[in-house]
Amino acid sequence: MENEKPTQSLSQSPPTQGTKKGAQVFCEILQREGVDLMFGYPGGVVLPLFDALYDSPIKFVLSRHEQGATHMADAYARTTGKVGVVLVTSGPGACNTVTGLATAFMDSIPLVVFTGQVKTPLIGNDAFQEADTTGITRPITKHNYIVKDPRDLVRTIHEAFHIARTGRPGPVVVDLPVDVSVADIAHHRGREEMDLPGYKIRSEGHLRQIKRAAEAINASERPVIYAGGGVILSDASPELRAMVNKANVPITTTLLGLGCFDESDPKSLMMLGMHGTAYANYAIQECDLLVAVGARFDDRITGDVKRFAPQALIVHIDIDPSSISKNVKVDIPVVGDARNILSRIIEFIESKPREAWFARINEMKRKYPLTYDNSSEGIKPQYVIEEVCRQTEGRAIICTGVGQHQMWTAQFYRFSLPRHFVTSGGLGTMGFGFPAAIGAQIACPNETVVDIDGDSSFSMTLNELPTAVEHKLPVKVCVLNNGYMGMVRQWQELFYGRRYSKSYLQNPSFAKVAEAFGAIGLTATKKTEVPKVIEQMLAADTCCVVDFHVEREENVWPMVAAGKGLHEMDGLPTDTSERV
Amino acid sequence: MKRTISVLVQNQPGVLAHVAGMFAARGFNIDSLAVGRTEDPNLSRMTIVVLGDDATLEQVRKQLGKIVPVVKIFDFTGQNLIQRDLMLIKVAAPPEKRSEIQAIIDMFRAKVVDIGPKFVMVEVTGPEEKVEAFIDICRPYGVKDVVRTGMIAMPRHGKSEK
Ligand SMILES: Cc1cc2nc3c(=O)[nH]c(=O)nc-3n(C[C@H](O)[C@H](O)[C@H](O)COP(=O)(O)OP(=O)(O)OC[C@H]3O[C@@H](n4cnc5c(N)ncnc54)[C@H](O)[C@@H]3O)c2cc1C
Ligand SMILES: Cc1ncc(C[n+]2csc(CCOP(=O)(O)OP(=O)(O)O)c2C)c(N)n1
Ligand SMILES: [Mg+2]
Repeated sequence: MENEKPTQSLSQSPPTQGTKKGAQVFCEILQREGVDLMFGYPGGVVLPLFDALYDSPIKFVLSRHEQGATHMADAYARTTGKVGVVLVTSGPGACNTVTGLATAFMDSIPLVVFTGQVKTPLIGNDAFQEADTTGITRPITKHNYIVKDPRDLVRTIHEAFHIARTGRPGPVVVDLPVDVSVADIAHHRGREEMDLPGYKIRSEGHLRQIKRAAEAINASERPVIYAGGGVILSDASPELRAMVNKANVPITTTLLGLGCFDESDPKSLMMLGMHGTAYANYAIQECDLLVAVGARFDDRITGDVKRFAPQALIVHIDIDPSSISKNVKVDIPVVGDARNILSRIIEFIESKPREAWFARINEMKRKYPLTYDNSSEGIKPQYVIEEVCRQTEGRAIICTGVGQHQMWTAQFYRFSLPRHFVTSGGLGTMGFGFPAAIGAQIACPNETVVDIDGDSSFSMTLNELPTAVEHKLPVKVCVLNNGYMGMVRQWQELFYGRRYSKSYLQNPSFAKVAEAFGAIGLTATKKTEVPKVIEQMLAADTCCVVDFHVEREENVWPMVAAGKGLHEMDGLPTDTSERV
Repeated sequence: MKRTISVLVQNQPGVLAHVAGMFAARGFNIDSLAVGRTEDPNLSRMTIVVLGDDATLEQVRKQLGKIVPVVKIFDFTGQNLIQRDLMLIKVAAPPEKRSEIQAIIDMFRAKVVDIGPKFVMVEVTGPEEKVEAFIDICRPYGVKDVVRTGMIAMPRHGKSEK
């Protein structure tokens, strides 16, 4: 990582002895930060940077839209744990990264996005392709910078990477005016060390709190662990598994926590929340202790906050103090890194049988399994997902768009590995799935990557098909094509008297679209075709899109409607809503 | 309820926008905000008076802590503070009322800083209540303009500090 880039000449103007342009320094510092790959799109004010990249060993993936580049970098980060890096131009280029930045920000994903900017003397003059990038991105980044003085360039880049990857991770924007990229940095040497007196991270948990948490677990009769994206971000999955196994406690995960625990383990309650399993939600409402690890009590998982986990003492392990007691009052906060804390808590944990509690949980699992009716001729979307899971042995990297297909994927793919589920949880960004799959496949060339997408979501970013084809990426796309914005239609069915206002679309043949871009396109319209077509898809060594014409008006169940308590689920198998 | 917090920030472009933007984005209410330099040229101090209950204030503190250039946060809740607001106020003062107004000014230990044919400009400093009481008492005469700095505050010497 420390290898300095050999000083090569800029292609047009070979630098004279002792001079070094900002753009060259930019490439060198990126390498020093361990960057070997970036995503993006060129434009006027970043031409000096692109020119320097021409000679650089850093691999560059050209997207077809800057939003795509940010989602690719985001998935690269989610699957590897490394910082995703993006370079785009000023004005329109920077503005196109906004959705990707907000997506990464909501899910705490480390990105560094470099945006070009007009030259410093023109800033504020409504110059050509000028936008106030730091102003626009401030609320959707962990931090952002504009480098107005070439002397600050090196320090700023180091700080950006440090901030993006440490603590609660997040995206950082560095806005680079073009005059800084062409400035002779050798003559503008500044302080290179980081200057962040206010940036403090508490990663070690407080020993007293750790002991209190362990004692609470030992004393509890009906505990539940609720694990979230923070476990994955801190790579704490092995520690979590060890702790859960030692303590012998049932565990549920959020959408973003899927994969941090093996869902085939009997202690797993799978996902909780609005579309979680009935037994996870009931367990939350009945438990006497709730241990949240790296999760932020999002409103999609609490239902009516006032009636959430009414009998429980609440322990919360989180690196961000502002996550604690934000939505739900916490009794035992433990601030620090999940991996750190879990590995220390385990020393104080006693193993307990908890037979009555597990008996109750198993009864609920029997009574309210996740099911769907697969008796029709047509293709049930859930069936496609089960079949993909079966054929990939639950080991593929799965990406999704946003909507019903996303929830079914969470429910019917059995996750067992961390960093194998890539989905936009907090922002819920349609169009995330396909560029994310591209980024994941680039990051993990030896893994099977499947994007389980919605027809409307895929339509938002299928312009990235040539990116996948150009880079010979064998990304698989399963379009669960119901001809609707299914999630919107479901709400209109349930809450707006079936008035399907603007939620249906006229779709193209996605197979033909794929073919036009040089990918493989397949279509399935009958249930019996499903196993075969998935086999074909998985065998393909180039990008392959399968258009599954699924049952159009299938709904996602169970569901906790807005404002309801977590135990007040609709669409349970026997439809006997259990009161707690 | 009004609470005073004092925030040391790195002197960088955009810090004020960041702090103010965070308050707006998260729906916290600012009653006043005063910014100025400190004895250290790299640091500025913001004194922020926030409206909210304990839980809100806790979130305000935590969210401020996440802003990278924020170096330190002091929550003055429950502390014995010296609080000052500086006001310039223009009060209508026809000649026949001037002595009456002057008496009020003296009572408040305020100061006349400018006199025109129709108005006097008065400088008032003190805790917020005093400044507001002055405005109220001047209202019957006619208040033309008010400019205030917003509150600044510093705790009195405590037990730890001898
Ligand atoms: C259509 C739709 C439906 C949804 N339905 C559901 C649903 O039914 N159920 C559900 O669960 N979600 C659902 N979601 C997702 C939901 O909106 C949230 O995104 C999700 O619940 C948040 O997951 P999380 O709490 O794990 O938080 P994350 O956003 O992953 O937050 C991570 C937490 O971990 C902390 N953290 C970060 N790093 C560390 C570290 N190193 N150590 C310790 N802590 C750390 C962070 O400070 C933060 O508090 C849905 C989303 C969509 C779009
Ligand atoms: C960019 C964006 N716009 C709008 C929405 C609101 N929205 C949430 S789900 C959904 C429909 C998704 O339809 P589709 O991708 O076909 O998935 P399905 O629900 O049919 O499986 C919409 C419009 C969103 N989440 N993101
Ligand atoms: Mg659809």
